Amino acid sequence: MATMTSSSDARRSSVATSMAGIKTHVATGLNPARISIRNLDFFYGDNRALKAIDLDLPERQVTGMIGPSGCGKSTLLRVLNRMYDLYPNQRATGKVTMDGENIIDPDLDLNSLRSRIGMVFQKPTPFPMSIYDNIAFGIKLHEKLSKSEMDERVEWSLTRSALWGEVKDRLSTSAQGLSGGQQQRLCIARTIAVRPEVILLDEPTSALDPISTLKVEELIDELKSDFTIAIVTHNMQQAARCADQVAFFYLGEMVEVASAAQLFTSPKQKRTQEYITGRFG
Amino acid sequence: MSNTPEHLVKSYSVELNKLHAMIAEMGGIVETQVAFAADAINFRDADAAGRAIDEDRRVDALEAEIEAFVVRLLALRQPMAGDLREIISSLKMTGDLERIGDYAANVAKRSIVLNQFILPFSLSGIAHMARLVQENLKMIIDAVGERDAEQAMEVWKSDQIVDDLYNTVFRELITYMMEDPRNITPCTHLLFIAKNLERIGDHATNIAETVYYAVTGEVMPDERPKGDSSAYAVVRPQA
Repeated sequence: MATMTSSSDARRSSVATSMAGIKTHVATGLNPARISIRNLDFFYGDNRALKAIDLDLPERQVTGMIGPSGCGKSTLLRVLNRMYDLYPNQRATGKVTMDGENIIDPDLDLNSLRSRIGMVFQKPTPFPMSIYDNIAFGIKLHEKLSKSEMDERVEWSLTRSALWGEVKDRLSTSAQGLSGGQQQRLCIARTIAVRPEVILLDEPTSALDPISTLKVEELIDELKSDFTIAIVTHNMQQAARCADQVAFFYLGEMVEVASAAQLFTSPKQKRTQEYITGRFG
Repeated sequence: MSNTPEHLVKSYSVELNKLHAMIAEMGGIVETQVAFAADAINFRDADAAGRAIDEDRRVDALEAEIEAFVVRLLALRQPMAGDLREIISSLKMTGDLERIGDYAANVAKRSIVLNQFILPFSLSGIAHMARLVQENLKMIIDAVGERDAEQAMEVWKSDQIVDDLYNTVFRELITYMMEDPRNITPCTHLLFIAKNLERIGDHATNIAETVYYAVTGEVMPDERPKGDSSAYAVVRPQA
């Protein structure tokens, strides 16, 4: 990245300093929590979809969330950036803290929260505009950048999401013309363009072919040096490959959380063992 | 693991059961092989020796078959958790069983040579060793079949007795050699026989550790005391 702005240089060096400051727990290999979830309940009307969830998302590491359909893993992701605010009759109780703030506090400024916690969805959702504008659009909501600063931020985002080389000569063409895998990496670029601290990925590769999937997985591995990541996936091998820590959900409860190596070789709970070996139900 | 429900994909369950059955079959053959080898020494039975040696081919063939099957399972099923531990453990156990078979065949071969000698001393030490090793082997093969971590732990602990006995036999044989140089040839064979029996015991403890891991998901807690001190043994002639 030859053309980094001075501000991103500063950001990088601050990342390096604080990286050195992170004390990884020796036994678990996990960093201290970036987000702490405590006693979290979530309701769709009267239906209690999450039950007393306690979970830490370790800083600059990947937390995988697995479980059968309807187990609450996507709901949990939706809570983390307050997607549920759009819907009446949906509410969360408990505590989700980041930097001492409770994310689910109704008084919290949603725009600033969502610039700090970005989300990528199952289906790539490029806006019907050019590749360049797809990235610039979100940045303009939060920051005022000059043309050259914007150019550099767009390049930085696309480079970080491993897409720059493929699109640098067609930035003004429509994003709809990209392949599915490229569109998904564009969505990741769009998410990191506003420089969030946490990235939430909701089954980001389930609509992609195997090669595009591997590219996204490689990207996740790259991104975790700068971002705290949570990924919901139905693909257990993917969770095993990408995640440092994996949480297994069932019927709204978090049954077990452990390092990926521990959970996929020697899970403690019988339900986890039965689910991940394909003996469920 | 024995009370876990069947896999949702039936063919996977069928394959896991087949793997378990192959290991059980290999364990059974190796157990007989060791029994024939013990008879070959205890009763100077050349027929038994021949059968112990012959069985080795079947053991080797089964080992190759199990290895290929495990590689196939790993590639096609991407096993997780208990399944993964069981499959990896099978691969490790098949290696240990194959070595046990080799040692048994070697004991049998040496017993045929020994039959050419009149032995002016008793073989009770080696006979005792052979009996203990056979008992441990039977127990561990049962533990594999039953997926019984506790019994595996018992076998693992009891190998100490075999090691102690081996040290005694080792010193005893050196003494016979010093008494009369004509004893050197049979005693050298007997030393190797004792060593082979002791190694069989060690491989049984390896299997015990593997079973324990496969069943519990944990590595066996403490380091087993290494009982073979014959590497340091010095027996000096009386002045």
